[in-house]
Amino acid sequence: MLLFLAKGLFRDRSRSLFPLLTCAIGVALVVLMDSYLRGATDAMFNATASFVCGHVRVATRAFEKAGTDATNELALLGVDSVMAELKRDFPDVAWSPRTRFGGLIDVPDSAGNTRVQSPVAGLAVDLSETSPELKTLRLEKSLASGRLPSRPGEILLSDDFARRLGVKLGDKVTLVSSTMNGSIATWNFALSGTVRFGILAMDRGAMIADIKDIQQALDMPDAADQVLGFLPRGQYDDRLASRLAAKYNSVHPDEDKYAPQMETMRWASGLGAMFDIMGAASALIAFIFVTAMAVVLWNAGLMGSLRRYGEIGVRLAIGESKHAVYRSLLAEALLVGLIGSTIGTLVGLALSYYLQEVGLNISGMMPNATMVIDDVLRARIAPTSMVIGFLPGLLATFFGAAISGLGVYKRQTAMLAKELGS
Amino acid sequence: MKNGGGVEDSVVVSTDKLVRTFRVGRSELVALKDVSLEFHRGEFAGLVGPSGSGKTTLLNIIGTLDTPTSGTATVLGERVEKLSPGQAAALRSRQIGFIFQTFNLLPVYSAYENVEFPLLLLGLSSAERRKKVTDALEWVGLADRAKSKPTQLSGGESQRVAIARAVVKRPELVLADEPTANLDAENSHKILQTMVGLNRDLGTTFIFSTHDEKVIRYLRRKISLVDGKVANDEARSPNTD
Repeated sequence: MLLFLAKGLFRDRSRSLFPLLTCAIGVALVVLMDSYLRGATDAMFNATASFVCGHVRVATRAFEKAGTDATNELALLGVDSVMAELKRDFPDVAWSPRTRFGGLIDVPDSAGNTRVQSPVAGLAVDLSETSPELKTLRLEKSLASGRLPSRPGEILLSDDFARRLGVKLGDKVTLVSSTMNGSIATWNFALSGTVRFGILAMDRGAMIADIKDIQQALDMPDAADQVLGFLPRGQYDDRLASRLAAKYNSVHPDEDKYAPQMETMRWASGLGAMFDIMGAASALIAFIFVTAMAVVLWNAGLMGSLRRYGEIGVRLAIGESKHAVYRSLLAEALLVGLIGSTIGTLVGLALSYYLQEVGLNISGMMPNATMVIDDVLRARIAPTSMVIGFLPGLLATFFGAAISGLGVYKRQTAMLAKELGS
Repeated sequence: MKNGGGVEDSVVVSTDKLVRTFRVGRSELVALKDVSLEFHRGEFAGLVGPSGSGKTTLLNIIGTLDTPTSGTATVLGERVEKLSPGQAAALRSRQIGFIFQTFNLLPVYSAYENVEFPLLLLGLSSAERRKKVTDALEWVGLADRAKSKPTQLSGGESQRVAIARAVVKRPELVLADEPTANLDAENSHKILQTMVGLNRDLGTTFIFSTHDEKVIRYLRRKISLVDGKVANDEARSPNTD
């Protein structure tokens, strides 16, 4: 009987092709959206971790409280001992001190007078050969010209910024900023290279210097804004990060505003709500598509029932029970759902794979964005990609048929002879 | 000799004071009124009358597609008014064949598959089905059109496939509702001869609902219905010239 039904199903394209296409397209979109969302979320969170706050961050309570208004006067003192303690207690985490600073870059002319000035967003990191920052900030890959700083007093500027200022490799520039205590600080640097991160917020006007130089320049001996920690697998794990923070903070209960405390990326980045939204977004997308598909397939089922009114009537008259007819409609729907979901999943995965490898360049969409995110968004295929569309596709087809098929029970057998005779 | 339903063994269908009414708006329409009839095994009988006379309603009840408002209908030993929908479907599936005015072949299946369908419902094996379907198509003279789809068949051929579908399970009873209404005289004649042959060779009871003179000529028993009542019930010699 199943073979008989399958024959009818595939010979009658209006019965199989439209529901199959609806299911396959819906499933492919769910898989693609899920993978793309996962990739985009990864990109956003990874970029935020790399350039803003790490997976966990140790800073003074006052620095955390000040949020985006935090200045260097709230920096963490005794960074060497903080680093030593962190490396001892959390050896699997890569730790690195950083300081953010703002100021002006002053470019002199040949006479030593100001030729051009521009605001700069500075980032001081450990640029030693063994520093994890080289990998975290992808510095070598991001070099657009020159080399990484290897001598004291050397800096990197973002490539576009350097062009705008007319600064060439080896040229001297002066940083005009403020010390940790609020005094004016000026310090000369030499440009060793330019970088292009592919992140607009960083490429617009960034300066990267070794943290030791900045500690000197800004009068911050053994101090840094923050110490960032990166979890072992390079992916943010909220539970693990929360456990680390709880452990660290339990041995640092000091309420002093300059005492160190550890925050997870969830809180340090201000992206807590985003974490929750992204977590629910895939389920929401799947739900929306399932609902839409089910409605479409329900209607397709109703149209099909109208088209097959005579056929179903004959089957009932010949002696097939209403239950059996209903079950056969469900079996057909399951078969269509199974094939449609398989095709949809394969197509979705293929598209996701393309986006995972090639990506989508969104820089043109956000020329003035300050969000720290890669210009090229990529999808990421995960094990859940295999089922996130498949099961909903199967369920939508099944429920669509289950609802539309209920019409079978409304058929009055007493009217069959009249209906089939007309 | 009586069977479990209290009906003589050779009696295939019996009705006793059968009444069927329908509610139409606020009024009540009486479709059948005190119809008492018996049909014996091997009969070739017809319910004859104008539209609205109640012949299709009676055929529906005999076919277990409908139940009487009052009175009794016993079909193949089963009391129709006491059958559940599932039991009625099972009885139709095993013992009753239907032939409709508009053939109602399943359009995506071949002639062979259309005839095979009732046997699938009975759960017969593939070999049994093949034998019975081949036989049925031979009875109606369409063995060579087994693979044809309904769209490739003429009206007469389609109705012969429908007859094969109705008789393939060797039912006791075949009910035919205006089977020649969509056929020309020549095809009607062929169809009726086919059914006469099956009635003679297989002993199948045929009950028609018709007002077509071409069919009436073939009947060996003519039951005239007027306004839901049996106006006349006569045995006759068929005139098939």
